[in-house]
Amino acid sequence: MEFRYILAGQSLTLDTEKCIGCLMCCEVCPHNVFSFAEGKARIADRGRCMECGACARNCPVSALTVTSGVGCTAAVIGGLLKGGEPNCDCDCGTAKSKKVRCC
Amino acid sequence: MSFDLSNAVLRPLSNTKQQSIPVVSTKLSMRDIIDGWKVRWGFGRNRYLVKPGLYACGNPTASSMVLVSANYKLSFDALRKELSGIDAWILVLDTKGVNVWCAAGKGTFGTQEVIRQVKNVGLASLVSHRTLILPQLGAPGVAAHEVAKATGFRVVYGPVRAKDIPAFLKAGMKKTDAMRRVEFRLADRLAVVPVELVHAWPFAVGALLVSGLFWYLSGNLTPAAYFRYAALFLSPLLVGSIFFPCLLPLLPFKAFALKGCVLGSSWSLFAIGIFRLNGMEAASYFLLSTSLISFISMNFTGSSTFTNLTGVKWEVKVGLPIMITAALAGIVIIAVRLSMFLMKG
Ligand code: SF4
Ligand code: SF4
Repeated sequence: MEFRYILAGQSLTLDTEKCIGCLMCCEVCPHNVFSFAEGKARIADRGRCMECGACARNCPVSALTVTSGVGCTAAVIGGLLKGGEPNCDCDCGTAKSKKVRCC
Repeated sequence: MSFDLSNAVLRPLSNTKQQSIPVVSTKLSMRDIIDGWKVRWGFGRNRYLVKPGLYACGNPTASSMVLVSANYKLSFDALRKELSGIDAWILVLDTKGVNVWCAAGKGTFGTQEVIRQVKNVGLASLVSHRTLILPQLGAPGVAAHEVAKATGFRVVYGPVRAKDIPAFLKAGMKKTDAMRRVEFRLADRLAVVPVELVHAWPFAVGALLVSGLFWYLSGNLTPAAYFRYAALFLSPLLVGSIFFPCLLPLLPFKAFALKGCVLGSSWSLFAIGIFRLNGMEAASYFLLSTSLISFISMNFTGSSTFTNLTGVKWEVKVGLPIMITAALAGIVIIAVRLSMFLMKG
């Protein structure tokens, strides 16, 4: 079963010039967003990207960028109430957690 | 407060020159299982910390592999449970008792913490190889190349699910595509239901109050009539918390609030039919129930494994005002009914 969500992966960019074909992005992406051809990574399907940031964090030459964050309503509403950015300090997976995304 | 690991720790490891390293069991005790169940229902979660540091599994030697985990007991248990018959080291990071994926998102399961723990426990002198196996879901927080630069240890990302670890190791640390993918199957979605339900209690209180009001206005003050209204108003909570996760892939639209609106309005119409509501009673029920189910559904983004921040922000910005307006409209109708009732009386 494959799920798709609105506005998926819009902030994901790949600079093919910089890419050295190390395959790290393909290795860490949990949603199979990348494909690999002729020694370079390629964004095969950004509609599956959840902006987790794993690929950009692990690209050794900074060829990838993405605005990462956690797609969590509680965090977004919490941010709105406090007037700041959405932040995931709802302690998911711990004592006061509402969310077990997480577990 | 640290979780008492005494039932997980078998004995101190004696075959190394290091200070005593606790050896953990690969079998979960009855207590581990009961405690895990309690966590799912939201009781006593704050005791779920494991002391960060190094643990042994089986009889590891200098050439045994090192698996890295978070200090959330459920993450730690999920890992050790899969290691029966395997000799390995487990390096537990201090993630403040948060599971791997969430901690990686927050950065506590992160590059600096991996480097710190590797140095803290003197890993380089304990093992002869230079490889760390991290859970793949830790990747949003850890830059493998930076860990390698700082510690000399190469990072290999293992499978997403702990249960695939034996197969991953057997294949010589090779993952299949399936091991790399995060899923969101029915069982995964249902695992979240207990906590969703426990945390819905303020809505349940509200529902019981509104039921009381409807009961009062109906003029039929029998207990049976109250239970009928209570069932009517508690049902949206169950529909939002249980039906929504079950039906997620079948509901139309991609935004959770819209999916929830489809489910919510269908349920409301159905309930109005079977409970034979009409007029203002039906209208206020429809507005309240539909907006509540949409809201609970939208909240499920936080439990899902594929939603992105940009999309959730959009849903909240557009959806929340609509839900609040609809709920307020429902409340206004109830208020009008109440004042009409009082004027008549
Ligand atoms: S941000 Fe996450 S989901 Fe998106 S491409 Fe990168 S690794 Fe894959
Ligand atoms: S991680 Fe970076 S360099 Fe490596 S294949 Fe992906 S884009 Fe290319």
